[in-house]
Amino acid sequence: MSMPFYVSPEQLMKDKADYARRNIARGRPVVVLGYDGGIAFVAENHSRALHKISEIYDRVAFAAAGKYNEFENLRVAGVRYADLRGYSYDRRDVTARGLANAYAQTLGSVFTTESKPLEVEIVVAEVGGSPADDTIYRLTYDGSVADERGFVAMGGQAEQISSGLQERWQEGAMIAIACTRSVNPSVRPETARATLSSAQDRKHACRRSATPVLAAVATAYNAADRLEHGCPSLGMRDRSLASSAGGLLWVAA
Amino acid sequence: MSDPRLPAAFLQPGTSSFSDFLAEQAPDLLPARRTVPQGHAGDLAPHGTTIVAATYPGGVVIAGDRRATMGNIIAQRDIEKVFPADEFSAVGIAGSAGIAVELVRLFQTELEHYEKIEGTTLSMDGKANRLAALIRSNLGMAMQGLAVVPLFAGFDLTSGRGRIFSYDVTGGRYEETAFHSVGSGSLFARGALKKLYRDDLDEAGCVTAVIQALYDAADDDSATGGPDLTRRIFPVVQVITTDGGRRLPDAEVAGIADQVIAGRMSRPDGPAAPLTNGFPAGDA
Repeated sequence: MSMPFYVSPEQLMKDKADYARRNIARGRPVVVLGYDGGIAFVAENHSRALHKISEIYDRVAFAAAGKYNEFENLRVAGVRYADLRGYSYDRRDVTARGLANAYAQTLGSVFTTESKPLEVEIVVAEVGGSPADDTIYRLTYDGSVADERGFVAMGGQAEQISSGLQERWQEGAMIAIACTRSVNPSVRPETARATLSSAQDRKHACRRSATPVLAAVATAYNAADRLEHGCPSLGMRDRSLASSAGGLLWVAA
Repeated sequence: MSDPRLPAAFLQPGTSSFSDFLAEQAPDLLPARRTVPQGHAGDLAPHGTTIVAATYPGGVVIAGDRRATMGNIIAQRDIEKVFPADEFSAVGIAGSAGIAVELVRLFQTELEHYEKIEGTTLSMDGKANRLAALIRSNLGMAMQGLAVVPLFAGFDLTSGRGRIFSYDVTGGRYEETAFHSVGSGSLFARGALKKLYRDDLDEAGCVTAVIQALYDAADDDSATGGPDLTRRIFPVVQVITTDGGRRLPDAEVAGIADQVIAGRMSRPDGPAAPLTNGFPAGDA
């Protein structure tokens, strides 16, 4: 009978973490960032059927990078969590914080008890009454939660995008595509998906409307070109856009 | 230590139905799973009354009066019985008000839930069938006097027209053509619409016809509320077109209701239809 080799807990955890991190970094990037009119979610995604970014509830949305089947499962769980809570209490009682906690428990528990961690990184964001009240939670494969201010970049080339955003994120949503493009020039708005959660209070009427967001992405695309050619005076037109569409928008570009 | 993960039902792939998920995770939240003690409970709670719906080229209108009754008592004068179900459909309810409002909430969540999980909306027939399933599951309560009878109207984007579905307490689903009404005043409302309805009405005409029908229902049915002029309470009117649904602002409904009432000052029975073929000149 062969004796198993002793592996220290530190080594075991480090191996799991390395494994998860490596696989998450292999995917395409996802960017979430706040702007004056709400929170923008931008993901490069070639498929119309896959949900990398998704609405969870009125003012709560979700973005993920990593292994599709794993984060899709978590996304569906999030929708169920939010709808159950909203149905049994009230629509206003569904918060990003509650959902982030539920996700963190699940991710952390899988990380410590299963032999394979979930290869996902998740953002749960909620639009508040003003940009200062917006919350963006970033959850990693081991269940740790970070309360982020401003922006988050996940997935492939996340560090380069983060450093790009670090310099200029105040300019808002369009910058996300600009940064994604400066890292990877092959990103085109046709393959980018954008979700904007507006700060407007609303019921879930007129939830999805393709045209205004496509316009936003097109504007952003032009803006990205201008940025790359050194034109820093970029106006934010998303505010009117988000409010005219009346809330959380999601589009299959 | 117990497992802190989200419960298995949350993470289980497969179903896009919120009520199926509830049945697994929190069955006590389903209105139909409650056991009501033997006896007739119908007189314990308020009842909603008349709902009217009519189609016109390009859309559908659904409206309800504002009265809830408990026996001879008016339980509420400004109850709302017409609700948007999703962007392109609305549901009006007659019957036991508390159960009905809960069923509508479940139905709204059901549609929204499906849309979020699947990334696409249910077809018009799919929505109508889901509502039928919810009504069917309420049959036990219906037999104890807590019946809910909805009227479902929506704009079908694939066929490009407004559609109306009526239901019975066993979950039977029937598609109606042109117009329909449910609730205690429905006989009178339907009689009125028979005489007023034309298939070339525009939106304003269709809304007027529906308000006339509700007036006639209130005229002859004590449980249906007419326009309340002193409190300025008017029917809830939901209009659904290819651009989605919207509730008509109270001021707009009040304007039409005032016209209807002004006409009835000279002819209390409302506009007269010709005895033989042909339509009356001018609008209803």
